[in-house]
Amino acid sequence: MTDELLGIDNLSVSFHTRRGVVKAVRNLNLNIREGETLALVGESGCGKSVTAHAITRLVPMPPGVIESGIIRFRGTDLLSLPEKDMRSLRGSKISMIFQEPMTSLNPVFTIGAQIAEVFITHEKLGKKEAFTRAVELLDLVKIPDPAKRAKSYPHQLSGGMRQRAMIAMALASPEPGLMIADEPTTALDVTIQAQILQLLSELKERVGMALLLITHDMGVVAETADRVAVMYAGRKVEDAPVEELFANPRHPYTAGLLGCQCSAPSNQNAARLTSINGSVPDLLTLGEGCPFANRCDNVKSECMESFPDSSMAGEEHEFSCHNPISGSGASS
Amino acid sequence: MSDNMTKEIIEEEITPPAEPGFWKESWYQLTRNRAAMAGLIIISVFTLMAIFAPLAAPEDPLEQTIPARLTAPFTDGYILGTDDLGRDLLSRIIYGGRISLIIGVVSVSISLALGGVLGLVAGYFGGWVDRVIMRVIDIMLAFPYILLTIVIVAILGPSLMNAMVAIGISQMPRYARVLRASVMGEREQDYVLAERSLGTNNFELMFHTILPNALAPTMVQATLGVGEAILSSAGLSFLGLGAQPPTPEWGLMIASSKQFITSAWWVVTLPGIAILLAVLGFNLLGDGLRDILDPRLRD
Repeated sequence: MTDELLGIDNLSVSFHTRRGVVKAVRNLNLNIREGETLALVGESGCGKSVTAHAITRLVPMPPGVIESGIIRFRGTDLLSLPEKDMRSLRGSKISMIFQEPMTSLNPVFTIGAQIAEVFITHEKLGKKEAFTRAVELLDLVKIPDPAKRAKSYPHQLSGGMRQRAMIAMALASPEPGLMIADEPTTALDVTIQAQILQLLSELKERVGMALLLITHDMGVVAETADRVAVMYAGRKVEDAPVEELFANPRHPYTAGLLGCQCSAPSNQNAARLTSINGSVPDLLTLGEGCPFANRCDNVKSECMESFPDSSMAGEEHEFSCHNPISGSGASS
Repeated sequence: MSDNMTKEIIEEEITPPAEPGFWKESWYQLTRNRAAMAGLIIISVFTLMAIFAPLAAPEDPLEQTIPARLTAPFTDGYILGTDDLGRDLLSRIIYGGRISLIIGVVSVSISLALGGVLGLVAGYFGGWVDRVIMRVIDIMLAFPYILLTIVIVAILGPSLMNAMVAIGISQMPRYARVLRASVMGEREQDYVLAERSLGTNNFELMFHTILPNALAPTMVQATLGVGEAILSSAGLSFLGLGAQPPTPEWGLMIASSKQFITSAWWVVTLPGIAILLAVLGFNLLGDGLRDILDPRLRD
């Protein structure tokens, strides 16, 4: 990989709770190139957000423990960086947008002041200048009448506006390299969702940053991502360019996820949507086998014993399965 | 989608009309809360009287007119009568307000500063820091409040300044507890994580991000605390551990004339009513502020 922006090698994150050790992320490898949009897909509790928090080193420790792994950002290992350097990286080169725009803004400050704060922290700007820059950013994220809105408190704004303000805050840096969007549209209604995604894509082009989009919505993935990584129970099970993944899923779980969409080919004439049987295994009692084995239609005996090494199907299509779906394109 | 089109659609999002600023809004809310307004008026009257005491008081509070001792209210031009040394009671009560307000504000400031920092640090960091601080606070809470105050005054020596310090220290645990509780609640909020993800350091997170959000319950506690500090200082002076004669301090006035309670009710009752009113004023305002200072309770 020539233009790698972020590289995660063999990352494992656990939470030591009273009930036992929860292995939230296991042996994860992930790459994001400069300017690329990578979608990280999976259901709740599969380790998507933990991965995002590990990148910014915001995993609460304790109880969180990073068991192993390297996270490289433009060549520097983030996990061994002193806290002070990490802080100056956060918000300037790596920034985050959160799922809940309703609660992710500080209720007692105006949004303008909050965005200005980032400039003051990272660029040591004066208050007035920082505020002017904040208003410019609000204009950039297409908030109407930004000068007036900058003086609004979060509770005076609608959900979509707040998410725009969050994005503006994440953009408040001279050279954003990576923006991590942790389910940025989950809390918004569908029309606003489309606008926010549109805005993110536009900004990405304009600023030239990479986007790590965490989501469980395959529709969102299809619209915005260049590449997709699918996670299940802490493991990455498949990783491919977006067209390739949709046309030619190799892991049964990916196929299952795609099958849950109304627009999936197999569901075109179906009376009911297909679903994946069973439920996510308890991360406390996970063994060495493939975590998807108990729900998989193609399960074989070795699936219970070991997690498969990753195999390649084509240049950029990687998957981990003992008994993959054949590459013909049929998904069930 | 083109730029213009996107903009048009956003324009359709509900855009609430701009609202007045925080202080204007707070003031408006305050005027609608009758109890809080009553409290504010009482406090304002006492404050004005305290500031303009030399103008408001008809006589010198220390001037003795022995022939006119224990004059009943509304006789011979003494509106509230005189005490056992013939000093004008109204003037003494007005000057006493000065002392009581200063005691209230200073001792609450002392306990806010001490308890606030301890509570903020304990609540923010948690873990062993929290455990150590809170056990110390628990030990302080285990002593009866007035006993603790008396012990501190006994160590420092009886004077008005030391009484303030003593009240400040012994009131400190409650601020630590109240602030710790609200900080612990705020610490887990999304916006704290969001702000941390923007590179904010611990100090700023504590004092700039979390403190303003966690302060409302503590401010209520502080307003109530001013009333209580006034009461405590009156108590200390009554016991001879606070203000010393001939200072016109309300508690001291009650103490020094308590033997006349059957013959001249006003010398004991009127300073008592002054204490009652001042404490009531702060309590009413404190309760009202609780509803007003929290932006999340607004519509």
